[in-house]
Amino acid sequence: MDIAKMTALELGKAIKNKEISVKDAVLSVFDAIEKKDKDINAYVSLCKEEAIKKADEIQKKIDDGSLSSPIAGVPVSIKDNICTKGIKTTCSSKILGDFKPPYNATVIEKLENAGAIVIGKLNMDEFAMGSTSETSYYGPTKNPWDLNKVPGGSSGGAAAAVAADEAIFSLGSDTGGSIRQPASYCGVTGFKPTYGTVSRYGLIAYASSLDQIGPIAKDVKDCAAIMDIISGKDKFDGTSLDNDFNSLLDSLNGDVKGMKIGLPKECFETEGLDASVKESVLNVADKLKELGATVEEISLPFIDYVIPAYYIIASAEASSNLSRFDGVKYGFRAENIEGINDLYCATRSEGFGSEVKKRILLGTFVLSSGYYDAYYQKALKVKAIIKKHFDEVFEKYDLIICPTAPTTAPEIGKSLSDPLKMYLSDIFTVSVNIAGLPGLNVPCGFDKNNMPIGAQIIGQRLSEKKVLNAGYAYQQNTDYHKMKAEVK
Amino acid sequence: MEITKELVEYVATLSKIKVDDAFSEKMQKELGAVINYMEILNQVDTKDVEPLSHVFSINNVLREDEVMPSHNRAELIKNAPQHGETTFIVPKAVE
Repeated sequence: MDIAKMTALELGKAIKNKEISVKDAVLSVFDAIEKKDKDINAYVSLCKEEAIKKADEIQKKIDDGSLSSPIAGVPVSIKDNICTKGIKTTCSSKILGDFKPPYNATVIEKLENAGAIVIGKLNMDEFAMGSTSETSYYGPTKNPWDLNKVPGGSSGGAAAAVAADEAIFSLGSDTGGSIRQPASYCGVTGFKPTYGTVSRYGLIAYASSLDQIGPIAKDVKDCAAIMDIISGKDKFDGTSLDNDFNSLLDSLNGDVKGMKIGLPKECFETEGLDASVKESVLNVADKLKELGATVEEISLPFIDYVIPAYYIIASAEASSNLSRFDGVKYGFRAENIEGINDLYCATRSEGFGSEVKKRILLGTFVLSSGYYDAYYQKALKVKAIIKKHFDEVFEKYDLIICPTAPTTAPEIGKSLSDPLKMYLSDIFTVSVNIAGLPGLNVPCGFDKNNMPIGAQIIGQRLSEKKVLNAGYAYQQNTDYHKMKAEVK
Repeated sequence: MEITKELVEYVATLSKIKVDDAFSEKMQKELGAVINYMEILNQVDTKDVEPLSHVFSINNVLREDEVMPSHNRAELIKNAPQHGETTFIVPKAVE
């Protein structure tokens, strides 16, 4: 049995039953990385020595019965904007240099307490700003289904690693689609939870009111199991919610009878939507209908406004959040500087990449005197309207289904030349962040070039049970999530 | 609106980012395209709408004032590009 191909729950069970040792589990994933990652470039750094040492400790705890979580002993890979104590955390930016966080993000503490073993940090768009994972200082990540194509972004490394079986599961972050869109491009399952469900403590902030950590995995069941571990109130994150789902994993029953699903007509009529994407996503709705759900057309009339509102809000918050990178406290510092102001300016100019600088400039512009009301305040008002529209839809419907992205993965180098077009690839995902909703990507087909297509299942805030259960029902009756990329 | 060289330089100064001529030109073009695209929001009637920052109405989140250990100073300072035993070192800031 190829261990690296297993799901987290399968591997956790095999470890518990003593069929596989924790050390073998860890080594198998490192073997896969050694074979494949020179082509994929999903990882920024690995921690083999620490992971092997940890494996022995965890094995003892499993053997003596003190660790019993369903993922005890399972290796996990982490997007490189989530702080890992003593392990280099770069946000795929030059400016963080060799920054080694002196503490763990809350999600890491929780995973480690459950017996998961961190094996490495995953590549991403610099500071999570991008939809292709090409803006990384450490070079682009490639899509395992076609090495000439992007894996999506910004959690491109996290999705590509799972798709190529170089990771059992991973944690990504999603500000405007950064978990769901790469999951869609790479044919894996990715879940962006309700805002506030998972603590952001230790997540290096891009846009704090939109950022949320979530799992990228091989199926919905794994996502539910991981959510059970990482979610919950955290005293270190004032926006985290005091909400208990009990067990999302145990709540999965595959029953969607009577569930009311809305298909937003604007999403299916969007200019630039691939015919194959449209067909595959509509097939998801048909499948759920077959299983007892009702499906109706609905309207989300604000779709044209979501991208501008998103980029104003996200850039504004980024311009503030990224002011901490100044060459004083951590990371890179420019040389040959004259005085403190020059230290800040030269460090930031040399340390940030072009896309990051652009968003800082944009954010500073929309917050600057004279433009604040016209752009930033206006965007926050549009945000209120978007939320209200969704709330009205969810009074009548349980779920919304739409494409995760309008197309399958584009070729490397094609998107960055037309930035506005790249921003539009997020059109179906950003509104979910604006309204704080949970959104799930499930693989649902392939285009004529055998590139994966993803469907997005969206629910009202805190309806993770419904969203995950619909995805689970779909995966129980289809095999798209089991299809594997052949990395030579 | 037109994004001029002066506007890019002004915003860059506020952002503590240096822009040379080539980057300024690129930003005039790219920021111009994005900002003009954003003007589509003017089509939305927001006359009686209150701006919304957070989807859950979070007010002050209070907790007990407990004494807890803070991070280890030596550990924190180790990440600085230049530091003394207990301080960050920067060029002279006050003349």
